[in-house]
Amino acid sequence: MADQLTQQDHELLRDTAARFFGERSPLGAMRQLRDEQNEVGFDREVWREMSEMGWAGILIDEADGGVDLGYRALGTILEQSGRTLTASPLLSTVLSATPIISRAGNEAQRADTLSAVADGALMIALAHEECPRHAPHRIATRAVKNDDGYVINGKKTFVLDGHVADRLLLVARTSCEDDQREGISLFLIDNALPGIRIKRTRMVDSRNAANIRFNNVQIPAGSIIGTVGGGADILDPVLDGARAGVAAEMLGSGQEAFDITVEYLKVREQFGAPIGSFQALKHRAAEMYCEIELARSAVYAALDALDQKARDAAELVCVAKAKACDMLELVSNEAVQMHGGIGMTDEADVGLFLKRARVAQQLYGDVVFHRQRFADLIGL
Amino acid sequence: MTLEDFRSETRAWLEENCPPGMRTPMPDDERVWGGKNPVFKHPESKVWMERMVERGWTAPQWPREYGGGGLSRAEAAILTEEMNRISARPPLFSFGLGMLGPLLLDIGTQAEKERYLAPITRGEIRWCQGYSEPGAGSDLAGLQTRAEDKGDHYLVNGQKVWTSYAHHADWIFCLVRTDTSVKHAGISFLLFDMHSPGVEVRPIKLISGASAFCETFFDNVKVPKDQLVGEVNGGWAIAKQLLAHERAMISQLGARGGNRLPPFKDMARRYAGDANGRIADPLLRDLVARQLINDRAFESTSKRAIGSADAAAGVASMLKYYGTEQNKRKMEVIMKCAGYAGLGWEGEEFDDNDLVLCRSWLRSKGNSIEGGTSEVQLNVIAKRILGLPD
Repeated sequence: MADQLTQQDHELLRDTAARFFGERSPLGAMRQLRDEQNEVGFDREVWREMSEMGWAGILIDEADGGVDLGYRALGTILEQSGRTLTASPLLSTVLSATPIISRAGNEAQRADTLSAVADGALMIALAHEECPRHAPHRIATRAVKNDDGYVINGKKTFVLDGHVADRLLLVARTSCEDDQREGISLFLIDNALPGIRIKRTRMVDSRNAANIRFNNVQIPAGSIIGTVGGGADILDPVLDGARAGVAAEMLGSGQEAFDITVEYLKVREQFGAPIGSFQALKHRAAEMYCEIELARSAVYAALDALDQKARDAAELVCVAKAKACDMLELVSNEAVQMHGGIGMTDEADVGLFLKRARVAQQLYGDVVFHRQRFADLIGL
Repeated sequence: MTLEDFRSETRAWLEENCPPGMRTPMPDDERVWGGKNPVFKHPESKVWMERMVERGWTAPQWPREYGGGGLSRAEAAILTEEMNRISARPPLFSFGLGMLGPLLLDIGTQAEKERYLAPITRGEIRWCQGYSEPGAGSDLAGLQTRAEDKGDHYLVNGQKVWTSYAHHADWIFCLVRTDTSVKHAGISFLLFDMHSPGVEVRPIKLISGASAFCETFFDNVKVPKDQLVGEVNGGWAIAKQLLAHERAMISQLGARGGNRLPPFKDMARRYAGDANGRIADPLLRDLVARQLINDRAFESTSKRAIGSADAAAGVASMLKYYGTEQNKRKMEVIMKCAGYAGLGWEGEEFDDNDLVLCRSWLRSKGNSIEGGTSEVQLNVIAKRILGLPD
């Protein structure tokens, strides 16, 4: 299905998404969620409307109740959501957790979750990370087999939408050492089992994340997804999709912060002239433009490669996330600097982009992680 | 014919017609530039060029009536892929193919197309570009070379500089001043024979030791009036249009290689890698990975830009700026990987690769100067794309 989308389809989707987020979820809405310390952390009504348009099921097969438009289409939506810094379960449920069930879930698990996710009725969080920096295979949380299934002990951090999700997709270790790729297993579990303690963290970007502790949590044997110890083979390609998706969101955020800044350069006057007429600022703006365009090409190439299951998809994902990270760090810093004192105020929007930028940079691997991984992949 | 049929036919034709010697890496001095006194240093390069000329594939997308191949964009892309697949050398290098031809196809009269295009595709006339002057570099529109209207001809007086390969060129496309009372609106675009009386050329020795650029002097050069392209005093718009073609061409130099150096990754592994080519030093490895990531992103950007309907001036400037700066960064990283081995100037104590590296590193400094400096490209982007005020 993803192959059948034409350039016109993508442009239509882009325009639809841009209009939707601009009208239903502008930057002001994000501020309001932040200022009222909203319990949910996103707007459930907006999410319902997004689901009605099919966006919650965009990666789910039609047979399972989704619309199966692929990563490029989801990236297009994420890019537009990045322009308005819209929080939604797109990243947690749609991009990160559900594809694991789509790819490797058994009949019961699929029937239990996929159509409900596509309807926007069910949220699933990926309980994966344990370290301050992205480390996909460093898993110390243990799942020990017993007669009733498995007993879980451990601690997860930076679980997106962890405090509002209905289910958890847990990454735990059933064998081997803590940093080995082998011995990792995936489980689909309820979030309200005895021994699970979920604490929302207040992040700099005001988005949802949680720390989750597992203390002798008994889960049924049937909650495992895929084979025992073979979780990394399922997880890794899903993480690559998630990385490309986050990079798409970052692309939108970078473009918006840049557009706001260029507009400011045209209207702010000093020394009797718009500051955008000064060559020192012009050249920096033009360099940012180039970096955004390079990141854009890299992101689209990665999303397309994922849809086409291209041989070098993982490499292109590294390129996309690495370029998006460098671009957004540059643009978010320059946006504040070029606004001068105004850029340091809470009232100016550029600060919101700076705060979200650093979170998105770390999410699923920063530029250092992806440069190293790229070098490994190409055999440097 | 479907694209798949075209591909198999093209593959078969290349298999049969591309000589074995034309499927090997090409030293700079084996490039075929054509012209009235063509040099075919490699014995097989002449027949290779002739076969491609006959097929129209020296200018694959030009109309057949002007010596081109009449291929669609998709077909031309397939031809390139199939040539790359067997590492076929480009049959002909030419500023006529890359710059003047596309311009004339766009804005030339029927007579101009008929007169100039086919000889370009056949490599019969070698063109050079007369743009920069000693007093007109980044401020190109400040050029002073005069073309005076003498009734039945123009009389050209002045000096050009950085004229690439002027000492081998047959004809020049040249910016001249036809009105001294205004700046941009007093420039015209003139074509003339470099063998005309009054033309003198002196090669300039560069930091790399090479002399591909020249000073070119015009002393009362007579030029027939029908060799002025476009309107009198309408040359600046033409000049800018041609610059966009040139910038797109220069931006791809680093990506395509085109010189005698092996690919960046291979060189990095050879100089800084262990026996298996793995780079143990984590900092060098990071420097190399960084540039390879940039290369991939730039490759995707070039594809996206070429795929879009119009390569606007601003986009050509972006490609030129990023491509040339990226090429310079890569050369610096390779110099770091090579250490002492990259510092040889000449002599048998260095192997040929080392010496080529050092000269190429020096040559790369010109990439971000020729065809408009990086600073000029940033100005164009700021103005044309971002709309920042003057």
